[in-house]
Amino acid sequence: MADTARDPPPEHTDFHELEDGEEDLFPEPTATEEESQPASLPAEDISTNSNGPKQDSLFDDDPEDLFAEATEEVSLDSPERDVLLSDGPSPAITPITPPTSVITPRIGHAHDDMFTRSSFDEIEEEEGGDSFDIHISVSDPEKVGDGMNAYMAYKVTTKTSMSLFKCSDFSVKRRFSDFLGLHSKLASKYLHIGYIVPPAPEKSIVGMTKVKVGKEDQSSNEFVEKRRSALERYLMRTVKHPILLKDPDVLQFLESSELPRAVSTQALSSAGLLRMVNKAADAVNKMTIKMNESDAWFEEKQQHFENLDVQLRKLHTSVESLVCHRKELSVNTAQFAKSAAMLGNSEDHTALSRALSQLAEVEEKIDQLHQDQANADFYLFSELLGDYVRLITAVKGVFDHRMKTWQKWQDSQMLLQKKREAEAKLQFTNKPDKLQQAKDEIKELEGKVQQGERDFEQISKIIRKEVSRFEKERVKDFKSIIIKYLESLVQTQQQLIKYWEAFLPEAKAIS
Amino acid sequence: MMEEAKDEASVLSVHGDDIKVTEVLKDGDTLTFLIISKKDRHKPVVSPVFQLSGTGEYHVDRTYDDFEWLQQHLFAQEDVPGIQGVIFPPLPAKPQVNASAKTMKQLGILGLGEWQPYCKAMETFLRQVAAHSVLCRNKAVEVFLTSSAPPGRQKIRKNIFNRLSQAVEEMRKEGHKDVDEFFQTERDRNLVLTSCTKTAAEKFLDMVLTEQKIAVACGHFSAALHLLVEPGEDADKQAFSRVCVKLSEVFESMKKNMTSVAENNMSTLGLGLDLESRHQEAEKEMLFRRTCKLVELESTKRNAEKAKPVKKLAMEEVKKAAETEFEHICRVAKQEITRFEKVRVEMLQQALVQWCEKQLLTAKESADQFNKHLQVFGGMA
Repeated sequence: MADTARDPPPEHTDFHELEDGEEDLFPEPTATEEESQPASLPAEDISTNSNGPKQDSLFDDDPEDLFAEATEEVSLDSPERDVLLSDGPSPAITPITPPTSVITPRIGHAHDDMFTRSSFDEIEEEEGGDSFDIHISVSDPEKVGDGMNAYMAYKVTTKTSMSLFKCSDFSVKRRFSDFLGLHSKLASKYLHIGYIVPPAPEKSIVGMTKVKVGKEDQSSNEFVEKRRSALERYLMRTVKHPILLKDPDVLQFLESSELPRAVSTQALSSAGLLRMVNKAADAVNKMTIKMNESDAWFEEKQQHFENLDVQLRKLHTSVESLVCHRKELSVNTAQFAKSAAMLGNSEDHTALSRALSQLAEVEEKIDQLHQDQANADFYLFSELLGDYVRLITAVKGVFDHRMKTWQKWQDSQMLLQKKREAEAKLQFTNKPDKLQQAKDEIKELEGKVQQGERDFEQISKIIRKEVSRFEKERVKDFKSIIIKYLESLVQTQQQLIKYWEAFLPEAKAIS
Repeated sequence: MMEEAKDEASVLSVHGDDIKVTEVLKDGDTLTFLIISKKDRHKPVVSPVFQLSGTGEYHVDRTYDDFEWLQQHLFAQEDVPGIQGVIFPPLPAKPQVNASAKTMKQLGILGLGEWQPYCKAMETFLRQVAAHSVLCRNKAVEVFLTSSAPPGRQKIRKNIFNRLSQAVEEMRKEGHKDVDEFFQTERDRNLVLTSCTKTAAEKFLDMVLTEQKIAVACGHFSAALHLLVEPGEDADKQAFSRVCVKLSEVFESMKKNMTSVAENNMSTLGLGLDLESRHQEAEKEMLFRRTCKLVELESTKRNAEKAKPVKKLAMEEVKKAAETEFEHICRVAKQEITRFEKVRVEMLQQALVQWCEKQLLTAKESADQFNKHLQVFGGMA
């Protein structure tokens, strides 16, 4: 059920093309050498080659050079490009531009020691400076325009004390496709190197059509509220990720008053259709990759996520049924309240009549409690579980990318082997040109094999870190939601106590 | 008044207000109820055939059919003047294993399969019969409550009280204008109240059913959470497992809360509304019988007037008999209506007070429980 935009499926052949491009994009390896940054951090002082951190200079000085090349390199038919498309100046058209971290392994294994997990944490702390203090709210949904071209604009307010931002309290107006565009860019940049990019809320053609058509009823109001809440959670999850928070696209999304429209996120665009085709192709590919897992950690984690996926889906269904019953109870209670009121009106006995009318009022209030509780059930639990089901899909996606990275490495190795064999045969023939060509090819392939291995190690390391972060966040997330939910439960009971205590004397006073 | 009451109450050898239906045993389609009544030591033993345990109590078991036997005997007392003016205590419908939709609707809250409310309803029936000044005199009541042998199973001949015998044509008599304002008012009021009460009882039942569904859903969720628990020494994994286990306990508490709420509803107000509804129906039937008698009376009057001299005397006799009977019925009916009014208000009040007290208690317990959970989560590292 994952949105196609979240799953950029690079095929092998295309990846090779991209790799070529990638190499050209970093014409100054020496600069990165000096950095010696460990893997995951596109930190502030990385060279201008990376599109990681927010640096105005990056956009102003280099974009043309950098991305002109990129556009040439990447074929327009590349599935990765299509998935990731967003118009506009942002460096998102860089599926081929992973953060410098992936590049640094090229300088050799001398810096292996930097890739251990502990040093990641250390460096992050050094880097951060700011402790995590940011709160984003999405509010004030406003219909803009008329008819089928109408859309909802949401106000995105950021309150923060972090130095990463220009101000401490600011807002912008965004529409749903902007959010999808942001996710699309982040997915293109980070998913294939192992970062778990939080998925964007799902599209809903039915829901939006109702809103466009101008139906101002409860179900369309509920839809808008559900979406508003989902967008808020999406942004908070995104900025909680230390890497994503610093991404220029994220910062631009939060801060800049004008954002170019992301059109390729439309469901029925040609890009959308291509996405669907590629997703199918991707599924086929997945089935044919048989990886020799040498790392038990990955095997175990993959199993764990499979299990988690299944259980969470079950729980989600369970909660949805609970929400349904709760709403039903609210309806039943309202109907009973009406019938009790009628009974009270028909009753001759004064005190009994009054008591019955009071009963009707109490039941009406209880109905409201049921509605509030149903909302809590939904917005707290149902949405939490839904979010995690979608998040797990993203997690499974990065595991798949790792497999693909492995496959690519293996393919390079096999090709190298073949070339070597061919070269050996050529030794006995008198074709010096062909021999030289073979030697050149072998040299190139050796580089590719090394790169492939480094990429694989890199993605493996990043995934380990990401999974650890995911597991920590998960505990925090669940706990905070559960506490909110329990507070709502306590609140409901306390209200009930008030109502019953008020009703008791009325009942006793009947005779 | 007091003496009258003493006289009337002296017929039964047991305390009418202390009859208990303590248990019900199910054997296929047969239900057997255990009935305990306390001997009134001031009364002589009426029937030599009795079952008396050492505690001064009568323990008898009766099937649903035995209850019907009793009811039929009460209906069949045609020699008692004005018997048709009595509002007969209603017997709950017979619960069946695979009940039809119609039966389920008839049973209402008593059809939920919970035996406690059903026993209470049967108990109320017996208490009302025993407390009724006219009905308790019927020997069948004494036999039913005290005889060790099950009462006879012979079918009583059909009587006019059998609702099913009311022909469709007779239904139009229901709207027949009354000669007495008191009764016309009562008929009008009863008509409205009967339908309002029935609706209220039905809506209440819907609520209870949904509450039960929620309880079940919470139970499922609680069980499913255990599937998220994974073994392992990883600190984060363990933390998450702990969260899942504790959350499971929260949902278990929610299930208990909803179950209690539903039970409270059933055993107090649910039962009360059901009883009130059946009572209103019983009054309706009595009023209808009286109306039918009124129609009959008016017809005899007309016949007497129109009769030729030859038949006139005979017609006058018939008219006189009808008048007398009608007077008896009206007298009894008036008493019954007054008594009924008092009893039903008391009963409803009791139901409402008990209901409120039980729900208040449940809410307090649940608030406590949820607070405890909240503290556990707050304290979790």
